[in-house]
Amino acid sequence: MHPAPSVIIFTSLSGLGFGLLTFLGLGYPDVSGWVAFVFFLIAFALAVGGLLASTFHLGHPERALKAFTQWRSSWLSREGICAVAALLVMGLYALGVVFFDQQWRLLGVLGAVLSVATVFTTSMIYAQLKSIPRWNMVVTPAMFLMFSLAGGALLGGQITAALVLLIFAAAVQLLYWQHGDGAFARAASTIGTATGLGSRGEVRAFEPPHTGTNYLLREFVHVVGRKHAQKLRVISFVLGFVLPILILFVHPGHLLALIAVLSHVAGVFVSRWLFFAQAEHVVGLYYGKR
Amino acid sequence: MTTLPSSTTRKLGLVIDLDTCVGCHACVISCKGWNTENYGAPLSDQDPYGADPVGTFLNRVHSFEVKPEDSPPQLIHFPKSCLHCEDAPCVTVCPTGASYKRVEDGIVLVNETDCIGCGLCAWSCPYGARELDGAEKVMKKCTLCVDRIYNENLPEEDREPACVRTCPAGARHFGDFADPDSNVSKLTAERGGMDLMPEQGTKPVNKYLPPRQKDSWEGEVDVLAPFLAPVAEEPKGFLGWLDKTLEKL
Repeated sequence: MHPAPSVIIFTSLSGLGFGLLTFLGLGYPDVSGWVAFVFFLIAFALAVGGLLASTFHLGHPERALKAFTQWRSSWLSREGICAVAALLVMGLYALGVVFFDQQWRLLGVLGAVLSVATVFTTSMIYAQLKSIPRWNMVVTPAMFLMFSLAGGALLGGQITAALVLLIFAAAVQLLYWQHGDGAFARAASTIGTATGLGSRGEVRAFEPPHTGTNYLLREFVHVVGRKHAQKLRVISFVLGFVLPILILFVHPGHLLALIAVLSHVAGVFVSRWLFFAQAEHVVGLYYGKR
Repeated sequence: MTTLPSSTTRKLGLVIDLDTCVGCHACVISCKGWNTENYGAPLSDQDPYGADPVGTFLNRVHSFEVKPEDSPPQLIHFPKSCLHCEDAPCVTVCPTGASYKRVEDGIVLVNETDCIGCGLCAWSCPYGARELDGAEKVMKKCTLCVDRIYNENLPEEDREPACVRTCPAGARHFGDFADPDSNVSKLTAERGGMDLMPEQGTKPVNKYLPPRQKDSWEGEVDVLAPFLAPVAEEPKGFLGWLDKTLEKL
């Protein structure tokens, strides 16, 4: 899949933002006044910034409101609704915490639940697609949720929680890579099933339909970046998990904590880039490519 | 609207005969022509006369080589367009309701004024049947020429999809799969019409007829064949002289 910057920024940042909102809604860190204001500002900037980035790849963003209508069947629609609901509820909750020194518990918990639900619905947009076997796994939502919660705990300065969640997130990340590498083969789609000719002999793509490229090849058959995938996995894992976990172990000051956060965010970006760049769409089979 | 109908009254679709298709791409051109000039946003091209042309097509013809173990390789031309699946994943993923399957005839269509161009339906389609138009930024797909098949302003023989109407080899057939006596149902039954990527669970309506087995001459040499052995084994006359002379040089 083409790793479009808009979707990488969207899933990474909004995941972190909603992760932080989850912790803020549950009352961790227990802050008020200006400190709370800064925490909420960061969380909303990440969540809203990510959502705005996601509209950049739309052909007709002016019709985006229509995307709230099909929640019965569409995960993308559900995500939009969850995101707006989470932002509204957490906005109200933030008003209470920042300006009235009130923690409206019920509202906060509801906001936290909606924030987690938003990340889950985001992950299901990808996990539902049978046409992309590497995404069509139970591990995909698990990975999105763990990344979001670990990042949220880290941003919220919850050292113990962050440590535990980062270790779990790292484990899920490894599981995702390990499980994902065999996903295409397990899906059992081959050039033989794609053409229906597999039972007659070895099938080979002989001539593509056009001499040039097309929308399908640009969007779904991205092979350029896969060359360095293993190295990028190591980089992503070290930046995203190993370094932050080491820093948290030595109980950091503010500067080290900032480094842990930045390192984690960079690691998440690389991981998300790989998430798209390594995903193979079965339509590539018709072009003899993956 | 983006939920799928539990059943459709008719199941309109195509039968594509891989045995007959000659790979001329006439269906590609007639499809592009009709669907650029008629229903919905035109199928645009970007940089059409330049070095790197791209464009929107609802129908593309691939060519595959099949190498059977015990016979010579075969070249098979393979037209591919929307299969109007019964369990169309492109319909249920749509967040706006722009993508839908019609209850009356099972045609999968896009309401272009509702499409936000998110591309998710194209992601969900295993067959690459949907393309986002580079100029209009809305999703384009085969409409089964919905503006021809019911169009009473056209002569009756033209009330079928442009690709079917134009195919010079008769490799494309249009009809109702819900009717067991229709031409397409009979063809599918007689020739073992097959689904593409059945493991994807999309239940395609369009069917592909596999190429017929080629006959073979081996072991079937005619009894008269020995008498057809070449008569002149050595060249004679002028050619014989030329042969000998050249040999000596």
